[in-house]
Amino acid sequence: MPGDLSPVISVRDLWKVFGPKAEAVPKSEELSALGRRELMDRTGCTAAVRDVSFDIAPGEVFVVMGLSGSGKSTLVRCLNRLIEPTSGTLTFEGEDLLAADAARLRELRRLKFSMVFQHFGLLPHRRVVENVAYGLEIRGMGKTERTKKAMEVIELVGLLGYEKSYPDQLSGGMQQRVGLARALAGDPDVLFFDEPFSALDPLIRRDMQNEVIRLHHEVGKTMVFITHDLSEALKLGDRILIMRDGKMIQTGTGDELVGAPADDYVRDFVSDVNRSHVLTLRWIMRPPRPDDPLDGPVLSRDVLVHEATRVVLDSDKPIRVMENGELLGVVGNEEILGVIAAVTEGS
Amino acid sequence: MAVLEAAKTTRPPAAPPAATPTGPVWAAHRGAVVAGVIAVWVVLWALLRNRFTLTLDTASTTDLHLRINDVRDSIDAGRNSNPLFLYVFNEIRLVIDALTNAISGLIAQPAFGRPVPLLGWLGVVAVVMFVAWALGNGRVSLLAGAVFVFFGLQGLWTQAMDTLALTLAAVLVSLLIGIPLGVWAGLSDRVNRVLTPVLDFMQTMPTFVYLAPLTLFFLIGPASAVIATLIYAAPPAIRITAHGIRSVAPATVEASVALGSTPRQTLFRVLLPVARRTIVLGINQTIMAALSMVTIAALIDAPGLGQNVLKALQTLDVGTAFNAGMSIVLMAIVLDRVTTAMSERVEVARLMTPQAIARRPYLLGAGAVATLVCVYLSYTFANYAVFPTPEGTSLGYIGDDIAGAADAVKDWAQSNLTFFTQTWKDVSTAWFLDPVEHLLVESPWFVVVAVAVVLSLVIGNVRAAVTTAVCLAVVIGTGLWSDTMTTLAAVLVATVLTVLIGVLVGVWMGRSRGADRAIRPVLDAAQVMPSFVYLIPFVALFGATRFTAIVAAVVYSAPIAIKLVADGIRNVSATTVEAALSAGTSTLQMIRKVQLPMAREALVLATNQGLIYVLSMVVIGGLIGAGALGYDVVAGFRQSTYFGKGLAAGLAIVMLGVMLDRVTQAASGRTGGAKRR
Repeated sequence: MPGDLSPVISVRDLWKVFGPKAEAVPKSEELSALGRRELMDRTGCTAAVRDVSFDIAPGEVFVVMGLSGSGKSTLVRCLNRLIEPTSGTLTFEGEDLLAADAARLRELRRLKFSMVFQHFGLLPHRRVVENVAYGLEIRGMGKTERTKKAMEVIELVGLLGYEKSYPDQLSGGMQQRVGLARALAGDPDVLFFDEPFSALDPLIRRDMQNEVIRLHHEVGKTMVFITHDLSEALKLGDRILIMRDGKMIQTGTGDELVGAPADDYVRDFVSDVNRSHVLTLRWIMRPPRPDDPLDGPVLSRDVLVHEATRVVLDSDKPIRVMENGELLGVVGNEEILGVIAAVTEGS
Repeated sequence: MAVLEAAKTTRPPAAPPAATPTGPVWAAHRGAVVAGVIAVWVVLWALLRNRFTLTLDTASTTDLHLRINDVRDSIDAGRNSNPLFLYVFNEIRLVIDALTNAISGLIAQPAFGRPVPLLGWLGVVAVVMFVAWALGNGRVSLLAGAVFVFFGLQGLWTQAMDTLALTLAAVLVSLLIGIPLGVWAGLSDRVNRVLTPVLDFMQTMPTFVYLAPLTLFFLIGPASAVIATLIYAAPPAIRITAHGIRSVAPATVEASVALGSTPRQTLFRVLLPVARRTIVLGINQTIMAALSMVTIAALIDAPGLGQNVLKALQTLDVGTAFNAGMSIVLMAIVLDRVTTAMSERVEVARLMTPQAIARRPYLLGAGAVATLVCVYLSYTFANYAVFPTPEGTSLGYIGDDIAGAADAVKDWAQSNLTFFTQTWKDVSTAWFLDPVEHLLVESPWFVVVAVAVVLSLVIGNVRAAVTTAVCLAVVIGTGLWSDTMTTLAAVLVATVLTVLIGVLVGVWMGRSRGADRAIRPVLDAAQVMPSFVYLIPFVALFGATRFTAIVAAVVYSAPIAIKLVADGIRNVSATTVEAALSAGTSTLQMIRKVQLPMAREALVLATNQGLIYVLSMVVIGGLIGAGALGYDVVAGFRQSTYFGKGLAAGLAIVMLGVMLDRVTQAASGRTGGAKRR
């Protein structure tokens, strides 16, 4: 984890409350402790984001996951202030984002952030290339230059040959590629994705997820990714924040969520996951027993269980999990089978 | 409204109600209560017949009417001294007159020191064709050219240009005011909330009634005509523009903001371009409304084709009226087709090949040069300036023939179809119109008021009942109770017929794609026609009677009612229909038990719109013998002694409109969400 670098985005005690006299809710200890229904009855307010804090490291893919109504879309809109947070602090590259005036905010949106939307938000009256160039156009970039830039990004997302089409002539997956290209065209530091693939078919969704992974390798941008799909979160996210009713329940890497769920909600959430594809050996290794032969094969603790399965089952001795020449633990058939057989145990 | 509802639906559902809401006792037996009230009414009518009926002679006036005359006289006297007039009304009149005269001098009337307009007929035809081609397509350009030449052949060139000039002036002002207001209402919920009821009211008022008050402030003539037209034609532009702006997908706006657009960039590069097609549709509606109103404004001396129709109708000269009416219809068709082609231009431009796109500037340039040549010719040579009329004819090359043919058809109909038309007229009058009219006119006023208030309460709600009471009180105040009841009788009968036709045809169209495809274009065409011309064929068939006005009103309002019912039936969820079918429902059962009940809101809306359309047409029927309020208004235009009475009649019409609108609105609010238009 690149956690030792100073964070790109830093969020502390962030609240977003909708309703009359919203700002009173986070201030009052009593009101802020109320549940959704009681808060509605008492004040007519809904708290979409409650007391959320996290840091995002440069180059990280940070996933916010939750069911609908959990406040995840509101949270991401608070990060670029499409929605004004009610209270808390929000720092971007050391700058207090909440102090930015309208002009500075526009500048940041033009140069530093961009966003990909669930329903694409393309301009139906413009061709693909003009859609991609829109962000550059409103910065005042000349036509030749912005078209050149747009064509580069169009090639990057695999849309070459479609630049003259109109959005409604493209499939959903292609339209989202246009949305992606538009977001990349401005060469931003941070990309926000608001459930970008929820409206797509499963197969196309998988393609697009791979596309995002590829782009992340190629351009290395910091990404904040909103989703309600756990497998998507596990696939893309360096770290995952789970939200429920506006509150953060747990933040961690995929194997941390699966290996050590913070509460029953998360446990229930991750119960259907194929654990052997998420957990690494460090979650299943045990201390060596006196009778264990300690000359089996060696594997790193970050090897996924399903990758280690064959090695462990083929070896008649437990394998050793080593780091820097130090024995961390051992993994035998019993531990491996415990994970693989437990897939159905949760249900 | 939509925003408010959205806000409501996003809230978590409230606790389930403790019990089903308990309404008043009568709510459960609405139909029986209505029948009971009417039965009591009939009994009271029989007992108290022809007493307390507040009848006022056609030729008589009340103190109120005379007092309004005095007010008019004092306004007339103060026109050049009262500061309100000096600095407001007169200024507006001068500006609008200047605009109208400029456009009129360009295409219609001698001006700028010339014996003829700047553009002669050839120039106008060339410009119209070029504009239609550049903004629309070749087809509508040819249509426009042919129709404009046809005006000349009809011998109505000048009148057609007068109408066009007034329409253009009114449309220009309407759009200048309407589009910015529409954009504002599209952007701001508050503005939208304030504007909506004002626009509702403007559109509910029958066109007829605001002519007279306007002449009070802006005198008789083009200025009043343009302002009247503005009142009628600007609301669609405002409404549809606002709707267009509001319909832009929120994600698109959000994406634009997220990319760092300023509000101005979002408005000009996202909202307006995306809403463009809808806005052009609004322009189309505005133009059609303007044309319709400009022809009616003939009543306050607006020049143009409306004058020809009006004069001919008053002398029952069907041939001449038909010739001029035809011009109006053709003008309507051209304006509609051209603006529709304009709105489709975006899609057409998309499909053009690169070669076609590259060629277009040259073609446009060549067209512009040809147009300029025609303009020059028409500016310089008399033959291209004034449409030539052959010797010995009064109406140009074919106008006389058209009028003659129409007269011949009328004569034939009157000698051969009399049996049918007369029988139909007599039977309908005796069986439907007369009973309703007797009941309304001959009952004591307090009985009618009581019945109306109770029915408003039962059909609508308490607010509707209060509105009814207030409206009827004002009607009594105008001194025109009896005339109002006569008009109301005609309106009610015509509305029942309209709704009947609406349900029959609408259900058919809603259930059959084929029927819909065949009938809808006819309805669209019918809705484009100005209300005025509807009277002509029915005068030919039935002569000048109140029955004629009712038939014209039914035909005029049927299209909107049919469309609303058809859409309502079509919108019944396919799943529900499928579920009913799989339960073994027969066709009749489907219509009666599934589709009509589920389209109930559409039915009520069709009744509401039908009423509004019928009312506006029934009062125009005052021109051709429908009598009552319409006649009072017309008499007010013609004779200065009846000015006050005409104005009072206008007020009574507005009250009638508000009452009928509110009651049906309340009824639709009861049956479901009260969405309008």
